[in-house]
Amino acid sequence: MSASATITLVPSVPLLALDTVWFQVAGTLCNLTCSHCFITCGPTNRRHAMMSRADTRPYLDEAVALGVRDFYFTGGEPFLNKELLPILEDALAIAPSTVLTNATLIDAAHAASLRRLEQASRYSLEMRVSLDGLDPASNDALRGEGSFAEALAGLRELSRAGFDPIVTVAQTWDDPSDAAMRVRFHDTLREIGLARPRVKVLPMFRVGREAERTQGYDARERLTPEHVEGFDMRTLQCSTSRMVTSQGVYVCPILIDSRDARLGRTLRESMRSFPLAHGACHTCWATGATCRN
Amino acid sequence: MEPIAVFGGPYGNHLALRAVLEDAARRGASAIYCLGDLGGFGPRPGAMIALLEEFQVITVVGNYDRALAERQPDCGCGYTHPKDNEYARIAYAFTDARASAQDRAWMARLPESLRLLRGGRRYLLCHGSPRQTNEFLWDSASSNPFLERIAAEAQADQVLCTHTGLHWQRELGMGRRIVNVGAIGRPANDGLRVAWYAWFASDRHDAQFLPVAYDTDAVAAEMDAEGLPPEFGETIRTGWWTTCLEVLPAKERARGRW
Repeated sequence: MSASATITLVPSVPLLALDTVWFQVAGTLCNLTCSHCFITCGPTNRRHAMMSRADTRPYLDEAVALGVRDFYFTGGEPFLNKELLPILEDALAIAPSTVLTNATLIDAAHAASLRRLEQASRYSLEMRVSLDGLDPASNDALRGEGSFAEALAGLRELSRAGFDPIVTVAQTWDDPSDAAMRVRFHDTLREIGLARPRVKVLPMFRVGREAERTQGYDARERLTPEHVEGFDMRTLQCSTSRMVTSQGVYVCPILIDSRDARLGRTLRESMRSFPLAHGACHTCWATGATCRN
Repeated sequence: MEPIAVFGGPYGNHLALRAVLEDAARRGASAIYCLGDLGGFGPRPGAMIALLEEFQVITVVGNYDRALAERQPDCGCGYTHPKDNEYARIAYAFTDARASAQDRAWMARLPESLRLLRGGRRYLLCHGSPRQTNEFLWDSASSNPFLERIAAEAQADQVLCTHTGLHWQRELGMGRRIVNVGAIGRPANDGLRVAWYAWFASDRHDAQFLPVAYDTDAVAAEMDAEGLPPEFGETIRTGWWTTCLEVLPAKERARGRW
């Protein structure tokens, strides 16, 4: 009885509009093996494959027809994809675009090429760089030996090329009030030479490798109709966005390892409601988090 | 076609508002439209309604006006960064404390949007976007396919909006056009000490953005005297935004000083 009752009590989120399309452009391949990665990316994870320019093209065209507002490119590490720059060139001809990167592979030549693409477009190209600590000790404990120094080098190259990168920090600290930590990040980034430091804090999603590092979701961390009563569904990114990977179209960037989160082969097929049945759904609801900038 | 003037966000800046209204009247505007957000930022939110009535301005509700009318706890600007929200809270508390019951009732009567038929084109006037009062339509963050979709869904040939505080316009497909008229209460983050508004000349659907000078030193001094953050006064004195910057997309942010 309780099992059937649970199934009927899962609230669903409608797709109100397809504003944002994400691309898992590097699949689940990454040069780092972060211990809190919610999709367990690493040098050998090929569950979602690298996407070529030819793979992304039909989705870009479909997104235009559906009135897309913006694109996001993530992985894995997007700069492992040799076709990233041509893909971005295609995307920036259509809509503003954001790249989520660990910056460890960005050299002066990359940064200059990105800058040329950005300047050739009427739209913004946002560079979002993940960093999880203010010093090598705290960052590298999560992201791997040497990653702090390499990320800083990449950030400096982006800054020199004229970008104001958005540094994304996973909230690994316990204190729910993150104001002080934001200020510290801001000040540290200014010290290393970023002219206009921008910081975005994201909550931890306890899936993938993070579930092993700490703990997964507890059965009580699930949304019920009471949770969403009077709740503005527009605040959930799944009401306005979809994620494209080599495996098809998923509801969001967090749940690409969940089979039920694959909503179709095309964007059109994916334009339907989704049951908010995951622990990660509870996190987005509780924190107001969005993977958007 | 009669010429019309359209402006956004007077933000409690009474001298900017008076200067724009006088300029539009002098040019012979057949109608003047305000796209909302009477308060926030400036020193005299209580002076806005009388000025709008004096010049018979037709006004659309902004998120600020709705928040005050409904006595909401914050301005509903839609900022997501704590640094932006910190200053937004100060401006809202200042404005809220100066809003009378009559002011709130006046704001509660403002329409969500207005439709005009002008020269055979369907104009839609709104605050943020046709679908959401506090949606930011930035130039560099709004794609053509997206703008064409929301205009088509709103059954409009010409969408006039504000909310971002930065003016821009773009011709879209199918003869459509979007015009973000900007805001007059705060400079346009361009280093100029002026108020920008949109003028639609008698034979045209594209906007001419007009800069209007006003006594910025006087407004900044009033802001300081009211105990508003010195950063607000600095913005008026320099023409560069000093607060609520985190919401800006890359291109818009890079054009500013901060």
